[in-house]
Amino acid sequence: MREETGQEQGLDLEPPVRMEEEKEVMEEREVKERVVEIEHPLPCLTESDTQGIIKGRDLFGYVGIEAVLDQMRRKTMKAGFEFNIMVVGQSGLGKSTLVNTLFKSKVSRKSCTPNYEEKISKTVQLQSVSHIIEEKGVKMKLTVVDTPGFGDQINNENCWEPIVKYVNEQYEKYLKEELNVNRKRRIPDTRVHCCVYFLPATGHWLRPIDVEFMRRLGKIVSIVPVIAKADTLTLEERLEFKQRIRQDLQANGIRVYPQNEYDEDTEDRILNDKIRENIPFAVVGTDKEHQVNGNKVLGRKTKWGIIEVENVAHCEFAHLRDLLIRSHLQDLKDVTHNIHYETYRVKRLNESNANGQALSPLNRENGTLEKSDAESHL
Amino acid sequence: MTQDKQYVGFATLPNQVHRKSVKKGFDFTLMVAGESGLGKSTLVNSLFLTDLYKDRKLLNAEERINQTVEITKHTVDIEEKGVKLKLTIVDTPGFGDAVNNNECWKPITDYIDQQFEQYFRDESGLNRKNILDNRVHCCLYFIPPFGHGLRPVDVEFMKALHEKVNIIPLISKADCLTPNEVKKLKDRVRDEIERFGIKVYQFPECDSDEEEEFKQMDKELKECTPFAVIGSNAVVEARGQRVRGRLYPWGIVEVENQSHCDFVKLRNMLIRSHMHDLKDVTCDVHYENYRAQCIQEMTSKLAQDNRTDSPLPILPLPTPDGETERLIKMKDEELKRMQEMLEKMQQQMHEKDQ
Repeated sequence: MREETGQEQGLDLEPPVRMEEEKEVMEEREVKERVVEIEHPLPCLTESDTQGIIKGRDLFGYVGIEAVLDQMRRKTMKAGFEFNIMVVGQSGLGKSTLVNTLFKSKVSRKSCTPNYEEKISKTVQLQSVSHIIEEKGVKMKLTVVDTPGFGDQINNENCWEPIVKYVNEQYEKYLKEELNVNRKRRIPDTRVHCCVYFLPATGHWLRPIDVEFMRRLGKIVSIVPVIAKADTLTLEERLEFKQRIRQDLQANGIRVYPQNEYDEDTEDRILNDKIRENIPFAVVGTDKEHQVNGNKVLGRKTKWGIIEVENVAHCEFAHLRDLLIRSHLQDLKDVTHNIHYETYRVKRLNESNANGQALSPLNRENGTLEKSDAESHL
Repeated sequence: MTQDKQYVGFATLPNQVHRKSVKKGFDFTLMVAGESGLGKSTLVNSLFLTDLYKDRKLLNAEERINQTVEITKHTVDIEEKGVKLKLTIVDTPGFGDAVNNNECWKPITDYIDQQFEQYFRDESGLNRKNILDNRVHCCLYFIPPFGHGLRPVDVEFMKALHEKVNIIPLISKADCLTPNEVKKLKDRVRDEIERFGIKVYQFPECDSDEEEEFKQMDKELKECTPFAVIGSNAVVEARGQRVRGRLYPWGIVEVENQSHCDFVKLRNMLIRSHMHDLKDVTCDVHYENYRAQCIQEMTSKLAQDNRTDSPLPILPLPTPDGETERLIKMKDEELKRMQEMLEKMQQQMHEKDQ
């Protein structure tokens, strides 16, 4: 099973079509550090409260701590963001179209390969394409990893293995870099932050291949399941289907993003509960525009009407976009870094200690690490 | 007056046949195959305006992991304007649903062969009055609209079955495709069917003396395959009428609206114009193929076993009781005697000619 990760098109690409947005792209949640809460910058004399945090009103004067936020913002904006998204699903479910629609630019493999043919490949191959997109001064290096050939054969046993291998290899790369004696200031992050899994809109239950895939990958990466080509389901069918999928996920112990054990406080929990009640999102994607009531909207035109992609009464594309980009993008990266990557790291370090092979930087012989073949243990 | 003298009267034969058939009634066995969730049951309900699947329970993913392909039969008697139709729907739950679908069509080919074998035995048997014809007359194969054409499992299934049953491929759930996409997909599927050498059911050619209108309709029908269909179990209100359809926030899909999908064409073709032809092709082509193959295998086996040739095929029947065995032996000898007589006569004629 060959892997093609070499389609990175360099950082010198001109940015594809700029997006025109009415709302902010990213909220100001880049900073997850606990900053001292400042309620009023008014001087006031009181004791510190029971938690040991000195509230703003307790300070004698305006210190200016909140300016740190601005400094961080400026720095991160200069440095730019990285986001790696993987799309998995059978051929023809609209993966490339959806990614293009999400980022409003032609970022998918379909639009970038010169001789793209819609053929079913015999083995699962992973192909990644990178772009830099920019909006309002914020640069993002977006990498889309596609998995053509997944689930398309007659015998699909173990078709998830190349994907598991790829995800673990990215973790391994990051780990090696982290353990290096002379490591880079910014470790290039190729880890998969989010895996969007496309379910065909059958209306019944999850299929065995869906269960097998999500069970294995839910442990190592954040999975966001979506119902693809949902314009074939009426609203009642959609609700029933979603309910059944949620039941199936629970029955099989599959954890999809946002996982409830990672909610940090009640505010998060409320927000994420609302999302959890609605997954998987039923989406429709397109790159064509039509005129509706004098406006140009993204939609699919059929003989019985126009399906507006961004109309929440029609499909849930807007919810998915909000989740992935506008509200939870940083959270996805954090969960990947703090939870999935740490799990991998602990596992690897324990293995290497058990094997007697030195991995930790404290007792290393030479500058290279040995590769482990324990990656497909999952 | 001279016309009356020359009129013999056998022009009424079609009417006589018609009357007899109406009395006897028709039977038709239809098989539906395809993955779960492609709308097979809904389409069958829409075609025959019944609800055959009221008590169906959908399996959840856990139960499905261990499921194998099953064959289920539903029989329903439909009567319309005095004509009775005994309709049997053969369903194939579990097809293509597993992770490993190698040879998932084998239970289906086995079933079709079994029906042929049973008919073969009945036909060669002694009491042929009430032969039950359970042979599958037509197989509707559902292609998912989600892909870019035929998938490997589609190709393998159709190639395994195209010489045993009339296959009619359909594009299911066509309401998720725009008109352009439908056309592209149809062209693609037609190309691939030709490329892989799959013999789907061909509409018979029109007689040259048919009306122009009929010929035009026939041509349109042929250019429309594979049909892109939508089915519905519900009746909705559209344009002031109650129609079978699906209600979406962005519009209403009408199942019987020809500009929305090809459901009407499929129904007309399947029931109103080609039902009889489907049965004929099953009897004349597929069944005869099976029979010839079967006899060939048996005679080659007999030759190997060095037994005398018998005009009656000796089938691997369950051991019959003594009475029927005796009868069979008697008939066997009679036939042998008749054959010898025939040969003698042929020889005599041959000598006479010379």
